[in-house]
Amino acid sequence: MSDYQLKMAFIMPTMILLILMNIFPLLWSLYLSFHRYKASMPAAPRFIGVRNYSRLLADPEIWGYFQTTAYFVILAVAAQFFIGFGLALLLNRDFRYKGFVTTLLLLPMMLSPVVVGLFWRFILSSDNAGLLNFFLSPFLKSPIGWTTNPKVAMLAVVIVDTWMWSPFMMLIALAGLSAVPKSLYEAADVDRASAWFKFREITLPLVSPLLLIALLFRTMDAFKMFDIVYVLTREGGPGTATETVSMNLYKLAFRNYNTGKACAMAYILLIIIVALSNIYVKYLNRVKGEAQET
Amino acid sequence: MKSVRISLVLAIILALAFVSAPKADNHQSQSLTIVWAEWDPANYLQELSKDFTAETGIAVDVIQIPWPNFQDKVFTAFVGKSDLYDIVIGDSQWLGRNSQGQNYINLTDWINENIDVDSIYGPAMTAFAEYPKGSGTYWALPAEVDAAGYVYRKDLFEDPNEMKAFQAKYGYALAPPKTYDQLRDIAEFFTRPDQDLYGIATWYSKEYDGITMGFQQVMWSFGGAYGDAESHKVAGHINTDDAVKALEFYTSLLQFAPPDAPNYYWAETLNAYNSGKVAMAMNYFAFFPGVVDPKSNAISHDKSGFFIAPSGPKGHYISIGGQGMSISSYSKNKDLAKQYMKWFMQKPVQEKWAALGGFTPHKEVLQSDTFKTASPFNEAFAASFPYLRDFWAVPEYAELLEVCQTNWSQAISKIKSAKEALDAIARKHEEIFEDAGYYDE
Repeated sequence: MSDYQLKMAFIMPTMILLILMNIFPLLWSLYLSFHRYKASMPAAPRFIGVRNYSRLLADPEIWGYFQTTAYFVILAVAAQFFIGFGLALLLNRDFRYKGFVTTLLLLPMMLSPVVVGLFWRFILSSDNAGLLNFFLSPFLKSPIGWTTNPKVAMLAVVIVDTWMWSPFMMLIALAGLSAVPKSLYEAADVDRASAWFKFREITLPLVSPLLLIALLFRTMDAFKMFDIVYVLTREGGPGTATETVSMNLYKLAFRNYNTGKACAMAYILLIIIVALSNIYVKYLNRVKGEAQET
Repeated sequence: MKSVRISLVLAIILALAFVSAPKADNHQSQSLTIVWAEWDPANYLQELSKDFTAETGIAVDVIQIPWPNFQDKVFTAFVGKSDLYDIVIGDSQWLGRNSQGQNYINLTDWINENIDVDSIYGPAMTAFAEYPKGSGTYWALPAEVDAAGYVYRKDLFEDPNEMKAFQAKYGYALAPPKTYDQLRDIAEFFTRPDQDLYGIATWYSKEYDGITMGFQQVMWSFGGAYGDAESHKVAGHINTDDAVKALEFYTSLLQFAPPDAPNYYWAETLNAYNSGKVAMAMNYFAFFPGVVDPKSNAISHDKSGFFIAPSGPKGHYISIGGQGMSISSYSKNKDLAKQYMKWFMQKPVQEKWAALGGFTPHKEVLQSDTFKTASPFNEAFAASFPYLRDFWAVPEYAELLEVCQTNWSQAISKIKSAKEALDAIARKHEEIFEDAGYYDE
């Protein structure tokens, strides 16, 4: 067997798997997005041009779901960033039981989102039987409708997602912080630099690339928010107050079995996520360059 | 050394998993798998099927799926052409989709040859078995006939002080309501948040068909309709002034319901009643065994009365419930499934089905005094029959239902006004019918 054949023998299984599991579904769904097709019906796909896309883009309710998703992404990712980074700064020092405390803080992100959604459903129950409302009851005239008031429901979803995913941000930030050379801080100490100066000029520039990667992951993930909304606010309620694009996509694809339209929607979502990721990656490269200069 | 130990532990775990995994039984006798939603009637069916197993030696397994995921799971299995289920006990609205989607087998000839159709309650046969309606083409046999109804606290309704206070406030006697206006008055009367008591619990949930099943009977009774069954035109039927009034009325009932009522589906409604939080609760009759069972309702299991859904200003209609028994096209046990269905429809079996708590579609059994007195709610259930109506049963029903669920949920959350929500439903429903070719020609 020649070197080339050997290389191919090693590469081919992965290539075949990749084509079958990723490339083919991607192309097939693109094909279906231009067709009227229902996976639950025996009729073959019928070509309808860009009608699925035009129907979706002209539907004000779809834009509403995008707005809801954007609102959620901004609130949740921002909260996770500040809380996660803050926790990492607190943990980036030696203290007793540091390992144990770090492990405890990481627990939420190791749980299944459905389980998290279910027990937060009890905590955030909108009557006085809800744990949070029970504790808040001495200070409230009436219980807060965490999952029943459209003005509050999104906050409930953000709280749960933040509780679950801030540890991820913390973990990445902690990895970045522990990689900052101690000598830089020592040199700054010799120059009598303030804590704020050290944070601004040493910590932040060196940790930024990792933080941006964490932000990228969280943004992409938050944009796909489905499970917590499905369980906690029961399919994006009340009304459509927490109905994200992914939730609506699920209904389109697996409840209505409007496969063609669902594929078109998935492509719109994909384009948005790719565009957002590109912005992040460009910014990341710039920050990396600046960090290397530092 | 450490990696060797880790590898050893992993190898032991894998070996244990392999050893403990259930093995396929090569000598397994014949068996049937029935899929149904997770509720008491499915337990009764499992119990009833023991007789079938005793007679034939065919094992029967009733798989139960929680209501909110019931449709999604079954339809996903159909899309995958899975032979996981032999018999599907599905909602009446599924008929159009699963007959046209070739997921159910056509049972017309078999039913005409093997089943005494005249012994089955006619409207049940139409609702749960026939598609298109009036065509004489059957895809199922009625398994469980159900209707939406109400349970109320007799101890509160019959309390002399409450009766006196109600009479003084509203000018008529406190009794189970016959109209929606009376229902509203009673709900208002018993709403006492300081005592953690509310007037009513009814379905507002966005899950599956929650708010639609709760609201549609009010809409029909107020004069609204889903659309024209022949032309499939929707505008001018579902967004009329009557329908707007109905939706406003249904939304107004929220002020007399517990704070978490917008999330109420069957389980939450039942819990609210059983925990003594509400004076009245709407639910399907098949869920009411949970109300009279002291294990699940310690507070009022022996103090509960039942009444049929009230009438409205323009008529009297009640949401139909229940399911038909169909055979999956992908089943490898179609003959066994037919044998089971034939056995199930026999009068003695239907009598036992009713005695266990099932709501029989068998005409004679249904009308018998034994059935009417078998439970405290059977009489109200039987009285509901003349008023039953159903949602669209066309193949596009899931899309139509989703639009209703979303918009009605938006209306009760005040995200949209009643008029905006109903106009949106009319527009979207016509778009769905147009896409499906109902307006072609």
